[in-house]
Amino acid sequence: MSALLARLIANRLFWPIVMLLVLFTINLIAFPGFFTVTLRDGHLFGSLVDILRNGAPTLIIAVGMTLVIATRGIDLSVGAVAAISGAVACSIMLGSPEPGNPATVAVAITVALLISLVLGAWNGFLVAVLGIQPIIATLILMTAGRGMAMLITEGQILTVNSPPFKALGSGFWFGVPIAVIIAAVVFAAAALITRRTALGMFIESVGINPEASRQAGVRARGLLFVVYTFSAFCAAIAGLILTANTAAADANNTGLFIELDAILAVVIGGTSLAGGRYTLAGTLVGALVIQTLVTTVYTVGIPPIATMVFKAAVVTVVCLLQSPTTAEALTGFRRRLSIRAGKGVAAS
Amino acid sequence: MTKLLDAPERPARTGGRGGPDNPAARQGVVRSIRNLLTSPKYGPVTVTAVLFVAIFIIGGVRYRGFLSGQVFLNLFVDNAYLIVLAVGMTFVILTGGIDLSVGAVVALSGMIAASLLQTGWSPAAVIPLILVLTSVLGLLVGLMIHIFKVQPFIATLAAMFLARGLCYVISQSSISITDATFVQLAVARIPLGGNMSITPSVIIAVLAVAIAVWVLHATRFGRTVYAIGGSEQSGLLMGLPVARTKVLVYVISGFCSGLAGVLFTFYTLSGYPLTAIGTELDAIAAVVIGGTLLTGGYGFVLGSVLGVLVLGVIQTIITFEGTLSSWWTKIFIGALLLVFIILQKVLTARRR
Amino acid sequence: MTNPTDPAAPVVEMRGISITFPGVKALDGVDFRLFPGEVHSLMGENGAGKSTLIKALTGVYGIDAGTITLGGEQVSFSGPAQAQASGISTVYQEVNLLPNLSVAENIMLGREPRRFGSVDWRAMRRRAAELLAGLNLDLDPGSLLGDHSLAVQQLIAIARAIDVQAKVLILDEPTSSLDADEVAELFRVIRSLKEQGVAILFVSHFLDQVYEICDRLTVLRNGKLVGEYLVEELLRIDLVQKMIGKELTVLDDLEQRARSVSIDESDAATFVQATKLGRRGAMHPADLPIAAGEVVGFAGLLGSGRTEFARLLGGIDRADSGELSIGGRSTRLRTPRQALSHRIAFSSENRRDEGIVGDLTVRDNIVLALQADRGWARPIPKKRQDELTQSYIQTLNIRPANPDALVRNLSGGNQQKVLLARWLAIAPRLLILDEPTRGIDIGAKAEIQKLVFNLAENGMSVLFISAELEEVLRLSHRIVVLRDRHIVADLENDGLTVDSLLALIADGSGDDPEAPDAAGGPLLAAAVPTTPATPAPAATSAPTTPSDPTTTDPTGDPR
Repeated sequence: MSALLARLIANRLFWPIVMLLVLFTINLIAFPGFFTVTLRDGHLFGSLVDILRNGAPTLIIAVGMTLVIATRGIDLSVGAVAAISGAVACSIMLGSPEPGNPATVAVAITVALLISLVLGAWNGFLVAVLGIQPIIATLILMTAGRGMAMLITEGQILTVNSPPFKALGSGFWFGVPIAVIIAAVVFAAAALITRRTALGMFIESVGINPEASRQAGVRARGLLFVVYTFSAFCAAIAGLILTANTAAADANNTGLFIELDAILAVVIGGTSLAGGRYTLAGTLVGALVIQTLVTTVYTVGIPPIATMVFKAAVVTVVCLLQSPTTAEALTGFRRRLSIRAGKGVAAS
Repeated sequence: MTKLLDAPERPARTGGRGGPDNPAARQGVVRSIRNLLTSPKYGPVTVTAVLFVAIFIIGGVRYRGFLSGQVFLNLFVDNAYLIVLAVGMTFVILTGGIDLSVGAVVALSGMIAASLLQTGWSPAAVIPLILVLTSVLGLLVGLMIHIFKVQPFIATLAAMFLARGLCYVISQSSISITDATFVQLAVARIPLGGNMSITPSVIIAVLAVAIAVWVLHATRFGRTVYAIGGSEQSGLLMGLPVARTKVLVYVISGFCSGLAGVLFTFYTLSGYPLTAIGTELDAIAAVVIGGTLLTGGYGFVLGSVLGVLVLGVIQTIITFEGTLSSWWTKIFIGALLLVFIILQKVLTARRR
Repeated sequence: MTNPTDPAAPVVEMRGISITFPGVKALDGVDFRLFPGEVHSLMGENGAGKSTLIKALTGVYGIDAGTITLGGEQVSFSGPAQAQASGISTVYQEVNLLPNLSVAENIMLGREPRRFGSVDWRAMRRRAAELLAGLNLDLDPGSLLGDHSLAVQQLIAIARAIDVQAKVLILDEPTSSLDADEVAELFRVIRSLKEQGVAILFVSHFLDQVYEICDRLTVLRNGKLVGEYLVEELLRIDLVQKMIGKELTVLDDLEQRARSVSIDESDAATFVQATKLGRRGAMHPADLPIAAGEVVGFAGLLGSGRTEFARLLGGIDRADSGELSIGGRSTRLRTPRQALSHRIAFSSENRRDEGIVGDLTVRDNIVLALQADRGWARPIPKKRQDELTQSYIQTLNIRPANPDALVRNLSGGNQQKVLLARWLAIAPRLLILDEPTRGIDIGAKAEIQKLVFNLAENGMSVLFISAELEEVLRLSHRIVVLRDRHIVADLENDGLTVDSLLALIADGSGDDPEAPDAAGGPLLAAAVPTTPATPAPAATSAPTTPSDPTTTDPTGDPR
């Protein structure tokens, strides 16, 4: 029994899931109908559905971020990329005679995604070829990217009236929010591509020991290109959902701080910022924790805007838990405990 | 490279000391210019100085009334708070760290000031209180980084969340400041003669810069800041107070953020939770453009001031241009950042 | 200096020093003395305990048993700062100074002269200039340290060390990155310090330098004291023998078999031919042919070029001169990946940093190189992976026999076997093994030796590097002897003995091992090596080192 418990606790998903359950419990106490999911007009409704739908953009970005972090990197530019993709899509739709035409929407989305690939490759180039520290390399696009987005929107908030596009953010498909379906597809694709090919192993290997990987013939350069491009791609998808949600591209506020939420989701999920082993499942739980936290703050009656204080608390706690200093202190404490216990046995 | 010399009388220094007609001396001048530009210590800051002068002259040629003393002074007036922020950021980056919380702390200081003044506190109590609070926040960040080995990026991120969140806790909307002293400080101009004037904020910023220059250049603490950036390990082996210094730089950054927040409220006369978003990036950009290496160890406070001025003059040009929209500033800053980061990379790679 | 001591009394005396790290006895009852005004060398191969002894003396490590006396008084330092305050200064191999600050600051930082709370720059420069002048160095104290060559930086580090009124100056491999002129300059400084009565502990793996500058030497092996000798009374060959030691012959039968087949391999086709292959600062241009099915052994001391040359052949470092032909075709190896695609595998001596990927499983570690060769898009089917892993776990006897165990939790010997499996999985035609048996238990060692033998019998070429000459002799068909980054001999393993190899390693001349030429021998040629000594657990019968990457390698040399 205790062995089973020990194995459970040793599992990397243990603490994130505990955190999620605690949040669920708080919600349930504050709002007994929390778990109720109802079907209205063929659409699913309920707090849980809201959490999933509102958490979808963060999750999508966090998936890309997980892979970047696994290679010992970080991508700060995702928020800016999200803003750019929203701006690109909206400006294309506004420029066309019929923004409601599905073909126009398809073109707009495709162009936005293609541009994100270029932006991601740019980050990859700075990191992999020029060898600039990832945090710095992506800082450049983080700064300049917002400016580019504003350049595209010409400083306006672009409001589009395009039902097919709006569906991305608030539509339903077979009763399930489309945003959730997209997130599920991105998540599954990332999991399949990295785990069913050797990509995941290479990413981890480069993140754990770059020199040993080099000597084993792993090409880190191409790998870095791939992960940064994928991260930007994810950011663009999230940006489209966010933009569709409000049916407006806001260069200043689309995806603001979302890079921080995404990093937070990855860290809560148990992937170390030092790179190496990653867990997409953990990232999923992490993203849910963040979104549930936001919801909890709301249901408990705290001004929703104060969520950031709670996020700060979560980041701090997670970092302190992951800290080597804490680990050492705990080991020392446990050893002292066991010595005392041993003495107790000897004395009795 | 200095070669070992057998004869100790021979001077080790090379450089153009002869007359300009002497070809050897001219070569020496060329070489010393090249040495200057390729030095990780002076190279980037020299480029920045040249850049600043060039932009200023271009502005002067293109726009009427650009080449005036007041336009130059306004760079300080409009960016006094950013100069103070950049000063604090310089300390942090010199040790190889980074502080993402400064923008949020500026906003928080503004919120504290505005809300306390509203309830009738005296400015003489509010301002010191803000400076103490933000320094304590910096201390906590420093301890988290040093004791718990949390990456500076993450620790200051947490501080940023906290500060922004607290802003909202104080108020979700803008609070304007009507306190007489603050208003006085906001509108006061100190004439410098010839129709030119500055604000009290400029004097505070200049004072902060002067103190920072002295601390970094001439105190043991300041030299230890550079030593940590050069090699923390070596600093430890040399018996320098690495731990204390590392924590202190974040306290300084916190203090400077608080001070910058106060200056910012002088400028805006209000507190608003969403204010100064992205200001941390401006501060980092100014420091980097000012020639401080992001990996630490090289850089000057005066360089960072120059960096702020470059950002400011770009903004001024865009204002003068009229047709260019303000978002070009961000793109220019991004491009400059890129150029300087690559420059740093090249310079440090050459030296290895 | 402040404490005038009897010249006959040692300034430092360490008695019965023992230090134990988890699983390893790094020092075992070692005695050591250092006299004022002498240059004393500490000699030993990887894992002998040199660095541990130095760290015990400078307070970096606490000692488990024994006493340390300094100037007649028993001391126990809590750290380098305290040792320094008592007059023991250390200059490390990698210069621990600050390249971004001025020369003067590097000398004076931490005790800079101050006026009214400010650093008194003028006084600091003046004091620094005095110190530099004392070492006969003409430098501008205001110049940046990073602008000076490594050699000058080394001397500046010494200037810093002696400014704290050092009674004892420890120089840990100070010459490994200096060229001949720079070494001469350093020696001039050392001699002048010696005349001032400073006791100098000089650690170097260059025998010529030791014989040139040192008065006395202490030899360590596997954490034990071998002896203390006057340099002029100890022949080089005896020194080398004492450093390397002789191991119990465990696998005599293998030796017999290896030799019996070695002769009829002479007509085999040359697989790899290096011609004037070299790299500045690492290895002088040298020729080396390796035939298919041949086991070539490299014999040489640490820093002799044995690892450096092997890294060129394995594509780990790029050669900057010479040619390499593989299977008759001229080839340039720019990356390890290219070498691997030519079926050349290199197994690094630095298992932890360049070998295992600790947080991955045994299975992932084994298939890594093969998978990298196939590319990411063509994953090796899970079933095939399991088969491969299972078969290697069985043939190589990897314990625990769990493909899902994380490699960092395995013992050193089993990690080594996992790495071997990784390289064997790509079916190499040339397998380069750099110290594959170091720091692993005797059983695993025998298994690895047997494996090498069998591989060669099946037509694989093997380049085998080991600090243990018996091992090299036992396995190799041909033995290449390296010294000071040159190949000094290339011999068929026919009638070679440990003694004849020792003589070659010591002097470069196999026939006259009697001449202890102190000043003769080719002086260090002008080269700036880049590869420092790598950390290594004890060479021979040391217990298995813990594989936890978080524990620092206790017996390793400093990097």
